[in-house]
Amino acid sequence: MSDLRLKVSSNPHVRSSVTTSQIMAAVVIALLPAAGFGIYNFGIWALIHILICVATTVLTELLYELMLKKPITIGDMSAVVTGLLLALNLPASAPWWIGIIGGVFAILIVKMLFGGIGQNFMNPALGARCFLILSFTRIMTDFPDIGDGLSGATPLGQIKAGLPVNIMNMIIGRTSGTIGETSMIAIVIGACFLILLGVIDLRIPGSYIVSFVLFIIIFSGHGFDGAYISAQLAGGGLMLGAFFMATDYTTRPITKIGQYLFGIFLGIMTGIFRIFGPSAEGVSYAIILGNLIVPLIEKITYPKAFGRGGERI
Amino acid sequence: MFMARYTFTGGIHPNDGKALSKDKPIRDYLPQGDLVYPCSQHIGAPAKPVVAKGDHVLRGQMIAEAGGFVSASMFSSVSGTVKAIEPRRVVTGDLIQSIIIENDNEYKEVEYSDPVPLEDMTKQEIIDCVRNAGVVGMGGAGFPTHVKLSPKDPDKIDYCIVNGAECEPYLTSDYRRMLEEPEKVVSGLKCMLALFDNARGIIAIEDNKKDCISLIKSIVKDDPRIFVKALKTKYPQGAERQMIYATTGRAINSSMLPADAGCIVDNVDTVVAIHNAVINRQPLMERIVTVTGDAIADPCNFRVHIGTNYHELIDAAGGFKEDPVKIISGGPMMGFGIFELDLPTTKTASALLCLTRDDVTAFKSSACINCGRCVEVCPGRVMPKVLAECAEHYDNERFVELGGMECCECGCCSFVCPSKRPLTQSIKSMRKIELAEQKKRAAMAAASGEEKK
Ligand code: SF4
Ligand code: SF4
Repeated sequence: MSDLRLKVSSNPHVRSSVTTSQIMAAVVIALLPAAGFGIYNFGIWALIHILICVATTVLTELLYELMLKKPITIGDMSAVVTGLLLALNLPASAPWWIGIIGGVFAILIVKMLFGGIGQNFMNPALGARCFLILSFTRIMTDFPDIGDGLSGATPLGQIKAGLPVNIMNMIIGRTSGTIGETSMIAIVIGACFLILLGVIDLRIPGSYIVSFVLFIIIFSGHGFDGAYISAQLAGGGLMLGAFFMATDYTTRPITKIGQYLFGIFLGIMTGIFRIFGPSAEGVSYAIILGNLIVPLIEKITYPKAFGRGGERI
Repeated sequence: MFMARYTFTGGIHPNDGKALSKDKPIRDYLPQGDLVYPCSQHIGAPAKPVVAKGDHVLRGQMIAEAGGFVSASMFSSVSGTVKAIEPRRVVTGDLIQSIIIENDNEYKEVEYSDPVPLEDMTKQEIIDCVRNAGVVGMGGAGFPTHVKLSPKDPDKIDYCIVNGAECEPYLTSDYRRMLEEPEKVVSGLKCMLALFDNARGIIAIEDNKKDCISLIKSIVKDDPRIFVKALKTKYPQGAERQMIYATTGRAINSSMLPADAGCIVDNVDTVVAIHNAVINRQPLMERIVTVTGDAIADPCNFRVHIGTNYHELIDAAGGFKEDPVKIISGGPMMGFGIFELDLPTTKTASALLCLTRDDVTAFKSSACINCGRCVEVCPGRVMPKVLAECAEHYDNERFVELGGMECCECGCCSFVCPSKRPLTQSIKSMRKIELAEQKKRAAMAAASGEEKK
């Protein structure tokens, strides 16, 4: 028995089976309904953008790590998530190279230069989207005609212009917009999957959506108008943003109370951008602004330890 | 507030593995080889040997006396000859001065003093019985029990809590004990209650042990002072601070003792040891040890003579059916990984767990993704991720400021981390460093205070 080869380590000696790559894989799976609907809605170009974006983000991370002789981390699947999210935030009518520029920017500038996974202060996909909007405004705000005779007007644009919208189409997603944002149903199905798996919870999306609704009831001038509220909820990037981008682990507060504050901040900012801003959209900017104040939120919501007043959270 | 009763916030549900040994009745195991008694198997000053090489000892005879008030005596669990007094290795890997006794297999026992009914004993006599029996906290901490039973203000103790949570996966020793000898548990608690006039007794059991709960309930139903509380099954329900919070709603921090919140907590084996000490006048010589894990041929619960070699216990459980990769003294969450089996069973050894797979080395640790799982499960309500970062940068000040000393080293954070970061390990080492430094500072302050005088 003296030939026993025993491993010794500090406690605990058991680990849960959940790993980072599993979590990221779950997010990818949860995004598939939205991606699938995007392909159905916008055609083959949606698929091409998705493939280009994912290939670019994964390759950028791989090449960067190879060049700097760092450990290869593409196995954690987070680059795939970034690529997919970026593609879902592009208009299908954009030229093919837009995903390459966006993907390199997302991984190289927003993620890797800040130290890789867990270190970036801004959601890479959103950072890249905003960069693209600023640099290629026309391409990024020109949405394809999906054959509904509206020549590419997004429902939010129509609402802003005071035109009527078809709410049923908005909920299903038969409207124009970016590849992955149009179908509320597809996004919510994916989100439910993540919530059931415990990958995300409702703290941020819930407080985000509730505070946004309250904000537009008070400030939009439409009051408690059910049709207007549903149109605002189903339109634009709100659902995709609330469930998949505001919940990004790295760039949201880690404290529970902080997460509620973060959601409320996003709700208010989105309301301000959408109602008082020049553009009909506001989710991306709201989340990026939110990302920037995360350190502050975490600082003021640091929990009290058990037995030091913090036992009842 | 009321909702928070019977449990605590945070915690995890690891695979409990108890099915392996849960239905195995306690078996007596008689040691064959030499017995080893490390002089320091409790918190406090080491015990001082009172026998010499060559002495003949009886079972139940004192072989080392307490080295101070916070210390505990040791007794031989067999009759035989003192073979040596020399340093031996213990589960932590340290070499500790130990008394080695060659077993003559006759089990000749000393004569114990005649039992006195509990009603006729004074409080001091009860405490002396516990003290003279060398009883310590047998759940793992090893704090001398007579010290716990002598708080500054006994009238301020409102609750005596028997910790029957047994929340560590794989362990079934307390479960078997409560099922097979419930009267001893209740009797031990009554001895404790005799010390504290204003106290009520609580026997707290996790609700995965329904049979124990109903059995003990039926025994204490006529006792107005004793209550059974079913706790939610969740790790670390049996951690002292979480136990007190779950049963009484009182929250204590790292700088307080349970007595500060009017509570005395002892685990099942300890309470039975109190019963043996007070009612039977017998010293602490045995404990229940679960020998289990998927590498063990026949997982068992043994009544083990303290000092028995771990090799013997493995053999008694049918040996290995598969080569173990990891052996743990204690439970998988808080136990010690050991690298050899030539170690003695001590007063605090609750289990010997042999696993064919080591989760810790099976996963590679990667960068933190800020997922918040560690924060969610931490029963200390601190932020393991941030504390581990402070620890990695040796930033004592921030570590303490952010509540690092409130960590109870339960291991939940490392367990859930999807990036498999060794959070508990980092935090634990930092706590050790900080505790040592606090001691140093206190000593220096005391020294400079004396100079001024
Ligand atoms: S920080 Fe300490 S108390 Fe909190 S989960 Fe980790 S080991 Fe347990
Ligand atoms: S559980 Fe691990 S990955 Fe998640 S926040 Fe804590 S340390 Fe980071």
